[in-house]
Amino acid sequence: MTATQAPAGITNSLTQGRLHPRTPWVILGLSLTAAAGIVSLISASTDSEFSLVGAVALGALFYLVMVVVISRQVEGSRQATDRFVTALVSGAFLIAMTPLVSLLVTVVINGSARFDVEFFTSSMRNVVGEGGGAIHAIVGTLLMTGTAAIISIPIGLLTAIYLVEYGRGPLARAITFFVDVMTGIPSIVAGLFAFALFALFFGPGIRMGFAGAIALSVLMIPVVVRSCEEMLRVVPNELREASYALGVPKWLTILNVVLPTSAAGIATGIMLSIARVIGETAPLLIVAGFSQSMNYNLFSDRMQSLPVFVFTSYSIQGVDTQAYLDRAWAGALTLILIVMLLNLIARLIARFFAPKLGR
Amino acid sequence: MSATEATEPTEAAQQRTPLRAKQRLGDIVFSRAALVSGSAILLILALVAVFLVAQSLPAVVADPGDFIGKPASLWDYVWPLVFGTLWSATLALIMALPLAVGIALFISHYAPRRVAAFLGYIIDLLAAVPSVVYGLWGIGVLAPAVLPAYQWLTENLGWIPFFAGPVSGTGRTILTAAIVLGVMILPVMTAICREIFLQTPVLHEEAALALGATRWEMITMAVLPFGRPGIISGAMLGLGRALGETMAVAMVLSPQAIITFALLQSANPNTIAANIALSFPESYGVNVNLLIFTGLVLFLITLAVNSIARYIVNRRKDFSGAN
Repeated sequence: MTATQAPAGITNSLTQGRLHPRTPWVILGLSLTAAAGIVSLISASTDSEFSLVGAVALGALFYLVMVVVISRQVEGSRQATDRFVTALVSGAFLIAMTPLVSLLVTVVINGSARFDVEFFTSSMRNVVGEGGGAIHAIVGTLLMTGTAAIISIPIGLLTAIYLVEYGRGPLARAITFFVDVMTGIPSIVAGLFAFALFALFFGPGIRMGFAGAIALSVLMIPVVVRSCEEMLRVVPNELREASYALGVPKWLTILNVVLPTSAAGIATGIMLSIARVIGETAPLLIVAGFSQSMNYNLFSDRMQSLPVFVFTSYSIQGVDTQAYLDRAWAGALTLILIVMLLNLIARLIARFFAPKLGR
Repeated sequence: MSATEATEPTEAAQQRTPLRAKQRLGDIVFSRAALVSGSAILLILALVAVFLVAQSLPAVVADPGDFIGKPASLWDYVWPLVFGTLWSATLALIMALPLAVGIALFISHYAPRRVAAFLGYIIDLLAAVPSVVYGLWGIGVLAPAVLPAYQWLTENLGWIPFFAGPVSGTGRTILTAAIVLGVMILPVMTAICREIFLQTPVLHEEAALALGATRWEMITMAVLPFGRPGIISGAMLGLGRALGETMAVAMVLSPQAIITFALLQSANPNTIAANIALSFPESYGVNVNLLIFTGLVLFLITLAVNSIARYIVNRRKDFSGAN
């Protein structure tokens, strides 16, 4: 018994020469307090407003210096470098959070001013100054995005099936490569393409909702293909082999075994692809134009959409500037809510209807 | 997948021909439909190129005097836009790349396991915000917020050409636009870096840690060398996004047709995409073809950048066994 007992003079070598886990937090708190004190003193002496950003930045700087100095004294230079990088990396994450939080807060605060019943029940027809709404833009967005989805989903899904179930050799490799390349097409180029296509048939100056839908589907197809392909590849080969062994033809195997197994993932991918194109502004600005009135007809006349509504409300301000700005922010809030809702639905589908892979 | 592998199944199939399954009508229809839609994608991409070329030809042969602003030649009109596009995208990349690598490291190697997925989701939210909303935010919040910093930079660092004065009174400069672009390309770059950092062989990491390396030493020895192609391709993809981004730049920037490296002045070079979005609704005649020509230039630039990025990613996949 006495042999296993550590002699009184020796301490645990693994914890010796290390800072206590709570020490960095204490240093952080102290530096932030000190920085806040200094910044408030400066602002009091120069009679300017207290700058929160300045205080946090100064506090972060204090912390970086302090933690490196203390760690170098106690733990040596290698640990000091490690702590320095840890602070930098965590700082990078916090810096990235700043615009997101700022953006969401601004949109909610500015957008709630006009986020009312009138905004969702009236169009901008004959509206000058206050009042008016975005129902024509919402209807236009739904029509064009819906049409784009109707075009893109069959093509995208069938292409994914081709790549996973049939495709071999150079054609499949070319399709994979160009789908990847297509995801990088700038949205404005897709808009120009749709314009060039329709200008050929209807003459220059053509603006119609259907052309907008075509531009959106050019952007949407590669996203659908990517996500569906990923989901189809996850389906275990044993399921397909079992189906073949029972004598089921290949196309029925795909329809009855592969697709149902991956249905949840495909639905998620489609939702995310819709969320990606519903916020596109540039192509619709070019080929669908903008208007103040309701237009249910995809094949004639200009059609307003929600992102373009936000842009035009901002860029073409009338006499009562504030009314136009308020409508732009309310439109932005609506747009963000729609996109977040689509994202949320996609995640929920993925979570609750995911295939059981028998693990 | 090499060429030899691709030919093997066909040879095997030829030997087995007597045992081939009956070709059913459903099978034929279904496989043809899949093949047609796959080829349709190649067709669409080819059509995009063909139509852009066809519609931009009138601008190439037209007299430059007919263009808006009366430039001396076609390239005099296009070159400042190309410069502005490359310059703003490069600035955005310089700002966003270190942040993206840092965030990816934070999520993959520093944050507690339980919250890591949630943090990744928060970063993905940045990608979900439509670009027009970024534009509104850039003018309404960011530009006024950075103005004091710009003034400080011109007063104290004005001897550096980039920060030369006089400072813009609105804050709507190319640097502001580049900051907005940087925020917008952050999610895609973070996602790719994170994915490849997570694929680092755990044995490499554990070996480094077992030899007494600190976490940062482990990252420099095991994670970063493994993830370098991922970082490069993520950067290229982010660059492609930034080159083609339209609305945020169109709204934030107050542009002129000039070439300048000054970041904080009120005269800024425009980008191709923003110029198209702003000029297209009022254009007529050969000016429309001119804008389509600039669109074709943009298409070719992004095509080149994205192809290089994909090439690097795909080459990586082959030998890492990640797929």
